[in-house]
Amino acid sequence: MSVLTRDVTCREAVELVTDYLEGSLSTRERRRFEHHLARCDGCEGYLAQVRAVVAATGAVGPEDLDPATLQGLVALFEQYKGDS
Amino acid sequence: MDDEVLLEKLLVGDQDAFRALVSRYHSSLVRVARYHVDSDAAAEDVAQDTWVAVLRGVHKFEGRSSFKTWLFKILVNRSRTAGSRDRKQVPVDTAFAEPTVEQSRFDAGGAWTDPPTPLDDLVSAHLDDALVVRAIRDAVRELPEPQQAVVTLRDVEGLSTYEVSALLGLTEGNVRVILHRGRAKVRAALEGVARGGLP
Repeated sequence: MSVLTRDVTCREAVELVTDYLEGSLSTRERRRFEHHLARCDGCEGYLAQVRAVVAATGAVGPEDLDPATLQGLVALFEQYKGDS
Repeated sequence: MDDEVLLEKLLVGDQDAFRALVSRYHSSLVRVARYHVDSDAAAEDVAQDTWVAVLRGVHKFEGRSSFKTWLFKILVNRSRTAGSRDRKQVPVDTAFAEPTVEQSRFDAGGAWTDPPTPLDDLVSAHLDDALVVRAIRDAVRELPEPQQAVVTLRDVEGLSTYEVSALLGLTEGNVRVILHRGRAKVRAALEGVARGGLP
């Protein structure tokens, strides 16, 4: 089989996950990826991991602001709030 | 409370609304500014300038884009002007794709020998756990630029790949390559937590 038609390996499939989730694989690449996924619990698990990570990163959000920085910004607010 | 509601309150000088917006976005602004300027101090300055611009221009915000997109656009414009001298060129090496999963986890034929540990339970049931929250935030903070800026905008803030590419001056293809590498590191960190077990 040629490189283009053979099944992707797990090692290759994990590198396609972001492009797959972003919808940027070509039709052929997507078919090969999904064909592999349908028969590979490990890669299906990897895709699920990445989906969980993306959701969790968004849910957790940015870091908490330290009180000193917040106070400094509130001082800016008091200084500039009349300017708009 | 929605950004747009907070913005309405900000228009009438509500300090609590400002506190809420700042608490929500300042850390991410500093992260993204850090992509354009060379020091943490300069990034903090640019983020502060952005809030001043917001306070001065909030009445001009027309709601054509989301507040979030408007805010990051101001930030990027500020970092470009303020930091043009110390702005760095970050080469995006897309030609050579370094593997993002430890190669020892595959056999010689490229099949899993050490398959992924499911994370669904960890993130759905334990998202309030300090350990999980810290693992994610630490992993994002430790990402090198430009991964940190890309993961912050795309995954932490949920902007589209198109918006991220416009804000950072990268092609969408490069954004995806950088995102892929950054996400893989956050994934590895969370899997580490899952494998270490929760306290």
